[in-house]
Amino acid sequence: MLSIKNLHASIEGTPILRGINLEVKPGEVHAIMGPNGSGKSTLASVLAGREEYEVTEGEVIFMGKNLLELSPEDRAREGVFLAFQYPVEIPGVSSTNFLRTAVNQVREYRGLEALDAVKFLSIMKEKMKLVEIDQKLLSRSLNEGFSGGEKKRNEIFQMAMLEPSLSILDETDSGLDIDALRIVSNGVNQLRSPEKATIVVTHYQRLLDYIVPDFVHVLYNGRIVKSGTKELAMELEEKGYDWIKEEADSTAV
Amino acid sequence: MTVIKSNKSTDLFLDHVVSHTDFSALRAKGLEFLKEKGLPALKEEEYKFTAISKKLEQSISRFSTAENIPLTQEQIKPHIFEGFNGDLVVFNNGVFDPSVSSVSKKGYTFETLSENQPELLGKIAKTEKDPFVALNNVFFEDGIYIKVGKNQKIEQPILFLYFNQANKGEVITPRLLIEIEDGAEVKFLENTISLDEESYFSNPVTEIKVGQNAHVHYCRFQNENRKSISVNNFEVDIHKDATFTSVVISMAGDLVRNNLSLNLLDTGCEGNMYGLYLLNGKTHVDNHTNVDHTKPHCQSNELYKGVLADSSRGIFNGKIFVRQDAQKTNAFQQNNNILLSEDAIVNTKPQLEIWADDVKCSHGCTTGQLDEEALFYLQARGIGKENAKGLLLFAFAGEVLEYIAVDSFKDYCLHLVQERLGSNF
Ligand SMILES: Nc1ncnc2c1ncn2[C@@H]1O[C@H](COP(=O)(O)OP(=O)(O)OP(=O)(O)O)[C@@H](O)[C@H]1O
Ligand SMILES: [Mg+2]
Repeated sequence: MLSIKNLHASIEGTPILRGINLEVKPGEVHAIMGPNGSGKSTLASVLAGREEYEVTEGEVIFMGKNLLELSPEDRAREGVFLAFQYPVEIPGVSSTNFLRTAVNQVREYRGLEALDAVKFLSIMKEKMKLVEIDQKLLSRSLNEGFSGGEKKRNEIFQMAMLEPSLSILDETDSGLDIDALRIVSNGVNQLRSPEKATIVVTHYQRLLDYIVPDFVHVLYNGRIVKSGTKELAMELEEKGYDWIKEEADSTAV
Repeated sequence: MTVIKSNKSTDLFLDHVVSHTDFSALRAKGLEFLKEKGLPALKEEEYKFTAISKKLEQSISRFSTAENIPLTQEQIKPHIFEGFNGDLVVFNNGVFDPSVSSVSKKGYTFETLSENQPELLGKIAKTEKDPFVALNNVFFEDGIYIKVGKNQKIEQPILFLYFNQANKGEVITPRLLIEIEDGAEVKFLENTISLDEESYFSNPVTEIKVGQNAHVHYCRFQNENRKSISVNNFEVDIHKDATFTSVVISMAGDLVRNNLSLNLLDTGCEGNMYGLYLLNGKTHVDNHTNVDHTKPHCQSNELYKGVLADSSRGIFNGKIFVRQDAQKTNAFQQNNNILLSEDAIVNTKPQLEIWADDVKCSHGCTTGQLDEEALFYLQARGIGKENAKGLLLFAFAGEVLEYIAVDSFKDYCLHLVQERLGSNF
């Protein structure tokens, strides 16, 4: 489904990603961990199409298409979804209006007819239950004045509405209280299917108890320096990153 | 004010003065002012960024008054917005045209200035305040005088439609005097329509007196042709416990200058000024506002927003004057701009002069680009870039439209604004 080969990206001339290789197959859950500043959000942003990042080398194939050639909106329409680490507040844009525009533009691209107001509302109600998001929140401007946890919940709600085939969750767990963590994880799990894949970026083993990964990767200095199964996450939780950094630094050229 | 004289444009006008029999004192005063001080030259501080005299010299070839044009109901109809069912006042090249107007006079009197000869004319917008008031004094042919009766609450809005088109001459000089008596309530709407794409110069003066405890709303929509030049002088005297709200939406024109002055003359007044300028091409819009707090316990609110594309230019100059007597004044002013192109320019200047000590006054201005983070967020959800821009711009601009008190007119403006911003989907 997603194949990243030797991906290099830089921002304002500073290289951040320095040769990422990653294969994600349908149905799989990949966890990406790694110290602060290692490039996790950068990788997520590059996949979503953020223009500030310049891809200097490598390729990304998503469902047979060269992802890097597509505009951000077309990537979303193709089925890539990024749950932002820091969702943006957009005053004056109503949450509902925004979502309806997004859903219908995605549907149009996929050759489906637009949803009318009634249909849209009923789907919205159904998905709201999934992440237990309050109607009141959605009657406000997009993310405006939302608490950290509310913003994260809203990201997963949007994901539910857009039905992506590849979801990238960038630290969706940070800022969530214990109950919200469970609710959001449940939501993500319910959206899982054999055709869909998920990449979860996280710092904590906690989340991976709920969303159990098939693979765990450690990103350090812009490279994946270690990959393993869910046991790797437990080992990291216990021992921290120092041993990995040492390993990586000693083999780096 | 002292005006640095620009001789050439002044003389071009003075060459075309026609003698009128009425309002001779007012006209003489205007003429005297023009002869002595003239129209503003380049160095004139009040017109610093708006080289109006030069513009007139370059764009206007016939400095005589535009003549009446044949106007039919069919021509007018498309410009009456959906849902409107109030009274309609049509100006034909600046002069009231009864043949296509429908004035019920319910709750108010309606006369031409020549019929009524009101004493009040020229007392609110004073000659010496701006050279274009002086010019209007000299050039207006006839105007209208509306007086809304005591405690009259006029439900439906009164719509002023100005139809402009150079015809022989290119100078259009409307003159309005509106008196709202104590306790009355009324809403005015204004739209100016260019009948072709040729240049002309319109120079309206509107004077309004808002009586005690009266409440008035006045919304202007400016969307004239790309060669039109207009200088609008609009001045309001607000009396005890009265409120006046102005909304000005500017979308096109070659050069538009709006002078808006609210005089809060007694306690308990409220003056509101809201503006939106959405500019593209080479349109130049200059909003000069002035609110004069003279007595205690008054409030003024001001919000002007601009979206500027291409090589358009916006000027905002907001003066707040709080006199020594005006304790417990609340005055707020805000000007925010989004520049969509590197060639667009905004000059914004708050001018606060505060002589009272117990005053709450705040002002702020911002000029920036479209928020890239927000744009990416919307795109990442599958919304096309142009639509996403439109959504964001409309979110920015829509705030001003919310202040339009007549819903059907708000919808009319909303539609045109959305069309301009590419957010009508
Ligand atoms: N505009 C920029 N200019 C220079 N460096 C930048 C810029 N933006 C990001 N970086 C750097 O890129 C590196 C990777 O950042 P990124 O946000 O991808 O890290 P991360 O792994 O997501 O970290 P965290 O765990 O803290 O979220 C950091 O060192 C960051 O400082
Ligand atoms: Mg990050």
